[in-house]
Amino acid sequence: MSDTTHDGAVALSTSPSADDGLSPAELATKYGLTVSGARPGLFEYIRQLWGRRHFIMAFSRAKLTAQYSQAKLGQLWQVATPLLNALVYYLIFGLILGTRKGMSQEVFIPFLVTGVFVFTFTQSSVMAGVRAISGNLGLVRALHFPRASLPISFSLQQLQQLLFSMIVLAAVAIAFGSYPGLSWLLIIPALVMQFVFNTGLALIMARLGSKTPDLAQLMPFVMRTWMYASGVMFSIPVMLKDKPDWIANLLQYNPAAIYMDLVRFALIDGYGAGNLPAHVWIVALAWAVLMGLVGFVYFWKAEERYGRG
Amino acid sequence: MADDKTQGRVPTVIADDVHIVYRVNGAGGGKGSATAALSRILRRGKGEPRGVRKVHAVRGVSFTAYRGEAIGLIGTNGSGKSTLLRAIAGLLPTEHGKVYTDGQPSLLGVNAALMSDLTGERNVVLGGLAMGMSREEIRERYQGIVDFSGINEKGDFITLPMRTYSSGMAARLRFSIAAAKNHDVLMIDEALATGDRKFQIRSEKRIRELRKEAGTVFLVSHSNKSIRDTCDRVLWLEKGELLMDGPTDEVLKAYERETGK
Repeated sequence: MSDTTHDGAVALSTSPSADDGLSPAELATKYGLTVSGARPGLFEYIRQLWGRRHFIMAFSRAKLTAQYSQAKLGQLWQVATPLLNALVYYLIFGLILGTRKGMSQEVFIPFLVTGVFVFTFTQSSVMAGVRAISGNLGLVRALHFPRASLPISFSLQQLQQLLFSMIVLAAVAIAFGSYPGLSWLLIIPALVMQFVFNTGLALIMARLGSKTPDLAQLMPFVMRTWMYASGVMFSIPVMLKDKPDWIANLLQYNPAAIYMDLVRFALIDGYGAGNLPAHVWIVALAWAVLMGLVGFVYFWKAEERYGRG
Repeated sequence: MADDKTQGRVPTVIADDVHIVYRVNGAGGGKGSATAALSRILRRGKGEPRGVRKVHAVRGVSFTAYRGEAIGLIGTNGSGKSTLLRAIAGLLPTEHGKVYTDGQPSLLGVNAALMSDLTGERNVVLGGLAMGMSREEIRERYQGIVDFSGINEKGDFITLPMRTYSSGMAARLRFSIAAAKNHDVLMIDEALATGDRKFQIRSEKRIRELRKEAGTVFLVSHSNKSIRDTCDRVLWLEKGELLMDGPTDEVLKAYERETGK
């Protein structure tokens, strides 16, 4: 014990009792006290997180509705934003630059819109992840809950946002001659895997962003590079025909391209299995599991340090 | 203090020689400029980085708090009161020494904004869920929380976003949410200062209730009166050191003598 306390400082705590003579650590053990702010074990952490599942769901829904609460059109923007996005990309890449090489108009437009929506899902999860801790310090410092609730909740919010986009997407697909069929059901596993992948990535970004808020400035450029490299608005194998094989392979097996291709394959009649790289479902699953696990453990490792400074 | 009273005392918070050091980035001459930031990054990883200043905010504080106690923390601004509370809550790492607590202490501070873009209603529900209450518990206590905060006394404010609240209203709602749950250890950091007189009386009553429910309450305040009304023990911090620890009257008298000069 330190002796920096002055006379009388211990007037109250040194009343004669059975606990006298115990060191603080022994006293703590005797009464079952634990070190404050210590990180729980991984399984205990998962258990705590499960206990907060209602919070995670409620938080993501609240954030979703609050997003456009200041806009006059309100929730209409949930659908209008992705629609306008798709329109802009169609204008630039479909009409002006003409990147639809090797595809008919009926395939290219749903191809492009799918790409934009699916990539936006990952992109906004990453961006939300960066700010998940650093943008909610008030909440983190005020209340105790497993911090992973925040990035997971933000990824869920993006998933719900994506469901609105999917309404637009279905309309676009039907308008260009791809009608609902059994293959559309494949969208569900593809998006579930993408959601797990996104959450893992968001958890990693949340830890990095909590320490280096500058990432929020940097990430838009990284994400844009990733978007252009993933074939959102062009077919990778067609565009890179004359280049060495490994470049096309590298781009095609990157997770963003994989999930985009799966949704396109499920949705668009004219986009057959020939456009998919080999073992695509296994790769999609591997990315999801890998990123989900790595992200969760990486985030948990710094649990006791969030909200400081 | 009589022996029979001390026998059944159960410690809830033990601070064992706690030291807390803040590391502040970008303090010191010209560190805001781009070149300085660059050189800071380049030097990173080579020992103690330059341009990072250490602030030794709490120096070797030790005390034991018991169940049922309400402890006031006093001291001039910057004496380390809030820092110490944040360390007890497990939100700040200790440089040296340890804090042991019974369960998870909750810290209630003035700057602890909840979600300002959401309505008060949503904040009550989300705050409750985040504290680990179940949906049923929140439904049961919702009206109690709103009534206690007094937000709706002047009209239907609970359905407005929190950003439209005055600072006093927001602080009241935050306190009401946190006070709705029975905490093992509740720490209140000047949160009562912003409320009006009526609310202060209500919250002092609630603090007394919380104490009865076998919790420990810490209260940081610059109002000696509210310390006197709620606390039976006071810690006096100065420059990060524990200057005095004793019954409220004794410590407050010494504090008033010291600061009243």
